[in-house]
Amino acid sequence: MRGFPAIAIASGKGGTGKTTGAVHLAALLAAQGRAVQYLDCDVEEPNGHLFLKPQIEASASASIPIPAVDAAKCTSCGKCAEVCEFNAIAMLKKPLVFPELCHGCGACALVCPFGAIRETPRAIGAVEIGCAGAIAFAQGRLNVGEPMSPPLIRAVKAKRIPEAIALLDAPPGTSCPVVATVRGADFVVLVTEPTPFGLHDLHLAVDTLRPLGRPLGVVVNRADEDRRVQDFCRARDIPLLAELPDDRRVAETYARGELLFDRLPEWRGHFEKLWACIEERL
Amino acid sequence: MKVVITSTAKILADPIDMHFGRAKVFILADTETGKAVAHDNAQNLHAAQGAGIQSAETVARLGAEAVVTGSVGPKAYKALQAAGIKIALVEAVCPGTEALRRFKDNELPVLDKPNSEGHWV
Amino acid sequence: MKELVVISGKGGTGKTSLTASFAALAPNAVLADCDVDAADLHLLLAPDVRRRAEFRSGHAAVVRAEACVGCGRCAALCRYEAIAPATRPDDGARVFAVDAGSCEGCGVCVWNCPVRAIDFPEQACGEWFVSATRFGPLVHARLAPGAENSGKLVSLVREQARGLAQEEKRDLVVVDGPPGTGCPVIAALTGATGVLIVTEPTVSGAHDLARVLELASHFKIPAAVCVNKWDLNPEQTDGIEAAARTAGAMPVGRVRYDQAATAAQRLGQTIVEAGPESLAGEIRAVWNNWMNLMRETP
Repeated sequence: MRGFPAIAIASGKGGTGKTTGAVHLAALLAAQGRAVQYLDCDVEEPNGHLFLKPQIEASASASIPIPAVDAAKCTSCGKCAEVCEFNAIAMLKKPLVFPELCHGCGACALVCPFGAIRETPRAIGAVEIGCAGAIAFAQGRLNVGEPMSPPLIRAVKAKRIPEAIALLDAPPGTSCPVVATVRGADFVVLVTEPTPFGLHDLHLAVDTLRPLGRPLGVVVNRADEDRRVQDFCRARDIPLLAELPDDRRVAETYARGELLFDRLPEWRGHFEKLWACIEERL
Repeated sequence: MKVVITSTAKILADPIDMHFGRAKVFILADTETGKAVAHDNAQNLHAAQGAGIQSAETVARLGAEAVVTGSVGPKAYKALQAAGIKIALVEAVCPGTEALRRFKDNELPVLDKPNSEGHWV
Repeated sequence: MKELVVISGKGGTGKTSLTASFAALAPNAVLADCDVDAADLHLLLAPDVRRRAEFRSGHAAVVRAEACVGCGRCAALCRYEAIAPATRPDDGARVFAVDAGSCEGCGVCVWNCPVRAIDFPEQACGEWFVSATRFGPLVHARLAPGAENSGKLVSLVREQARGLAQEEKRDLVVVDGPPGTGCPVIAALTGATGVLIVTEPTVSGAHDLARVLELASHFKIPAAVCVNKWDLNPEQTDGIEAAARTAGAMPVGRVRYDQAATAAQRLGQTIVEAGPESLAGEIRAVWNNWMNLMRETP
């Protein structure tokens, strides 16, 4: 592989240990003296910062372009409303814009025969960059009440540093924000847990991500005697990267927002093995 | 004056539909002549996004000056205001004929702010 | 009719396990699984599907390779990085192709293609179901992998559930909501009677709770809070409940960290069915407290 890889850490189900995995891989690689960047693409609920505690050095607002109609030029021909797939413009006596429905595609401005539509930015969130020790850090923070996350996810990914291993912390689920995160990644780590919910959602995540053509691997967190996730991976020919043991002390350390390595040194070994397994597949 | 009454079916005497945005039928009635014509709104009924806005556009296109209904969401309200269309409210389901009579007799309150939560999409 | 929504902000706090127990406790409710991205409620409720329908929403662009002249106008205009050069298999010519997963469905490429080589078919985005369960009717859905618009599917599921409740004269709709604060959550919350936020006493749980509470207050929905796995960090639990109160939300109870929750899941049962009573009793208390709170809400 040329250059530094981008690895997305995803999960169908929330709360399986996706962020835990991503921040500990970042911490491990930094401790090994490697250039690493953590990018929190879970912009609805960015949590990596709670564990990495970065110094934020710059924050920029992220926006999408929405139409503003110049009343002097507008003839109320209605083409803009007709072309909008999202019903964000209503043609009444004059065009009326509903900013919260606009996806920022630019169709209206392109179609207007009179050049009456100018696009203006509407803020949807912020992108913050900084560093946590040797780890380069970037995160998106979606404004509360804002529905559209993919444009912000793309803005976070635009902060990627090419000279470092990128760890992309993906949002949970299987819909467009996950696809926006995983797209272009060199490898996808799916974190799951050995429960019926975990298995079911892993299944969905694999169905979502397989068509993107990215190599996948699975981490079973809180592993126990239930082997159905492992059986599923074997049947679908998906490599099992690691089984992390169920340990209440991990849950308690996580609860406090602390990294595991200081208090539970054996966990460094788990992540070393996991990374070796990922690296082998890049 | 032309008025749209939101209806659950095709005849003015049928019960009115209490929700503007996803009303099944718009009945365009003329307060002078008493003539009433039904217009299907099924397309908007199932619209995934912006049903209320589309409904407001339809009502404006029909040339109505007022709407008689039960509730109007925030986006439809904004659109109807922009079109200069008055919104009159009935408090409970009644036949469209009854709603029209009360509208003509100025018995119905005119809405000055949205009275239903918009479904987000 | 009251419509009560359970959400969590952060995933994996036990929202669905608790909602399933609420389903067992609610006497006359319609149930709705609005976590359409990763719907799990059906794993515990064993639905018998009575009605199914396709969910179509929006359009997606598809370039007809045989008609494409390779000018690249579509790729230049697309703001979603969904169009890239490709090779036509027949003759090796450079054409353009749309990545379905990235297409926003805006139609800009379709309307602006100089040779009209782009089709714009309607998208099948998933399926939704009305089922019978041992606790009453369930409306649920399955979003197609990687599909967009889960907010729209959420709205549809809620609408169906409300319609069903009206038809069958049931006075309650209990909704299992999606995680996060974005499009699907907003679609699950707007216009609801009340929301219960299931959180956990972790730094992530506390952080996400703050954002979800902001969302609930933005939409003016009375919020209740339940701390699940509270004994993982009792001080954090105290802090979360205090913060909830300050934000105008009512704590309605704590549920302990117990492997029995996973055991019940493996049996395909709710915790109130599978027990143990120590855990089930805590969940029942949360439900009763929330109902008492909601009784006073119009």
